[in-house]
Amino acid sequence: MDIYWEPVWLTLKLAGLTTALLLLVGTPIAWWLARSNHWLRQPISAIVALPLVLPPTVLGFYLLVLMGPKGVVGQITEQLGLGLLPFTFEGLVIASVIYSLPFTVQPLQNAFGSINRQLLEVASTLRASPRDRFFSVVVPLARPGFLTASVLTFAHTIGEFGVVLMIGGNIPGETKVLSVAIYDHVESLEYTQAHWLSAGMVVFSFVVLVTLYSLNGRMQSGLVK
Amino acid sequence: MAAAGIQARFACSVGNFALDVDLDLPGSGLTALFGHSGCGKTTLLRCMAGLQSADGIMRVNGDQWQSGTDSRPVHQRPLAYVFQETSLFPHLSVKRNLMYGYRRIPESERRISFDQAVQWLGLSRLLGRMPEKLSGGERQRVAIARALLTSPKLLLMDEPLSALDQASKREIMPYLEALRDNLAIPMLYVSHSTAEVARLADHIVMMDGGRVVAEGPLQTIMARTDQPFGLEEDSGVILDATVSEHDEHWHLCRADFAGGHLWLRADGHLAIGQRIRLQVLARDISLARSRQTDQSIQNLLPAMVDEVASDVRPGTSMVRLLAGQTPFLSRLTTRAVHTLAIEPGQKVWMQIKSVAIVD
Repeated sequence: MDIYWEPVWLTLKLAGLTTALLLLVGTPIAWWLARSNHWLRQPISAIVALPLVLPPTVLGFYLLVLMGPKGVVGQITEQLGLGLLPFTFEGLVIASVIYSLPFTVQPLQNAFGSINRQLLEVASTLRASPRDRFFSVVVPLARPGFLTASVLTFAHTIGEFGVVLMIGGNIPGETKVLSVAIYDHVESLEYTQAHWLSAGMVVFSFVVLVTLYSLNGRMQSGLVK
Repeated sequence: MAAAGIQARFACSVGNFALDVDLDLPGSGLTALFGHSGCGKTTLLRCMAGLQSADGIMRVNGDQWQSGTDSRPVHQRPLAYVFQETSLFPHLSVKRNLMYGYRRIPESERRISFDQAVQWLGLSRLLGRMPEKLSGGERQRVAIARALLTSPKLLLMDEPLSALDQASKREIMPYLEALRDNLAIPMLYVSHSTAEVARLADHIVMMDGGRVVAEGPLQTIMARTDQPFGLEEDSGVILDATVSEHDEHWHLCRADFAGGHLWLRADGHLAIGQRIRLQVLARDISLARSRQTDQSIQNLLPAMVDEVASDVRPGTSMVRLLAGQTPFLSRLTTRAVHTLAIEPGQKVWMQIKSVAIVD
């Protein structure tokens, strides 16, 4: 039984951790992109969107090279005594964070961009510091954006395959996530197992999206446009 | 030595618009920043608040907010700001909107209580509502109460009525008058409406092209013969007066001002001792060399001619008069000025045809 559940548990852990990390990293990036007029805004927007258009294998390939023993990142992690990241769970988390970045940043950027800037000025005249304004005005008004970003990031991380294969390989309990497990089953002609996992993914994804849409609909009708 | 009053000195340019002002304003009462749109009045207000960065000096009753580029951020200035557009937080109820600033003020610095503000602006029935369920006038009342609840040392208002319809304006005006009369907080009020300024202001700053073109007490500015206020046909003076007597028989009431008294039609709702603001139009004052009693005008006041100037239109002249220390304006034809030989220093009688309560 553990053989079945291990990939599921590993996948959920990876997706949860990736989502949490991306909310921390992606929120300031999205805020900056939504508010800044800096000339770097366009290039950085493009970089954030790259994982949307690149084949996952390309991304995985470069990450493998970078984090490998001859790559810059690999040399740094070895200097720090962390060892090499490819084919470890930690490496997989880093790759997922990069791969799912646009799924966090873009919904947040849209949500931040649609907030009336005057409300932030109002808050400042009511003695709210910049940090205070962010948590008391921006976060509640961008709640639908945070929800969308979290769900999309989580779901997208669960569905990744190419990057995992390139950077994580197929190590049970360490990097063998659901999508790889399904691939494995199919390769070994274990169609029943592949069916169970695949059908589970379809149902799960459907439920997640339906929940997201109905929650967002409810939140938007409770707030102003 | 900390000077009382408000010192505001700013220079900044945005695109091809340049703001350059140096103002010493009274530290109490309501000061109107008046001018056409694009004259820089809102920019000036934003500079004062620190919402727009500009080189300058800002001091409020001895408290320095800005000196040169050393500027306190907005949230550290004890000010309140009422915006032109609806500015309530859409995700918070009326009560939580009001609490937003209130709970960020240390208890020892709160001089206006929650219940007071709710009562002043008549909000007790609205506390549980969401902003989207309020009318425009109600929203602006909530915004004013929310601003007051920070117990500000300066209240800045950027055309708070301009987005409202006539009925809502009329609904809010009395609240603003009461705040002006009862609060010891200096107020700066941006407006392009002569009616609002005539009714509310104690002091007025007139702006054009980013500069101050005239500044002074409202009464003084309104009584200038060159009419910077630009009322043209409706030029006239504003008087602050007190209702002192009712004449039930003739349905009149007497209003005393610094230089005498005037009779006006009693509207029933005026109480003895009530402060009212009167407007006397220049076209409603004619002059006589002696006291004429065989005519219909009942308000006759002795005055001294202070200045005779040509009016904006050819053929008419603007005569400034003083009844005691209170200035009046009379618009006469230039021929009448010549015929009566009206010149400064002369004693005349003003025949005041009509007096209106400003509202």
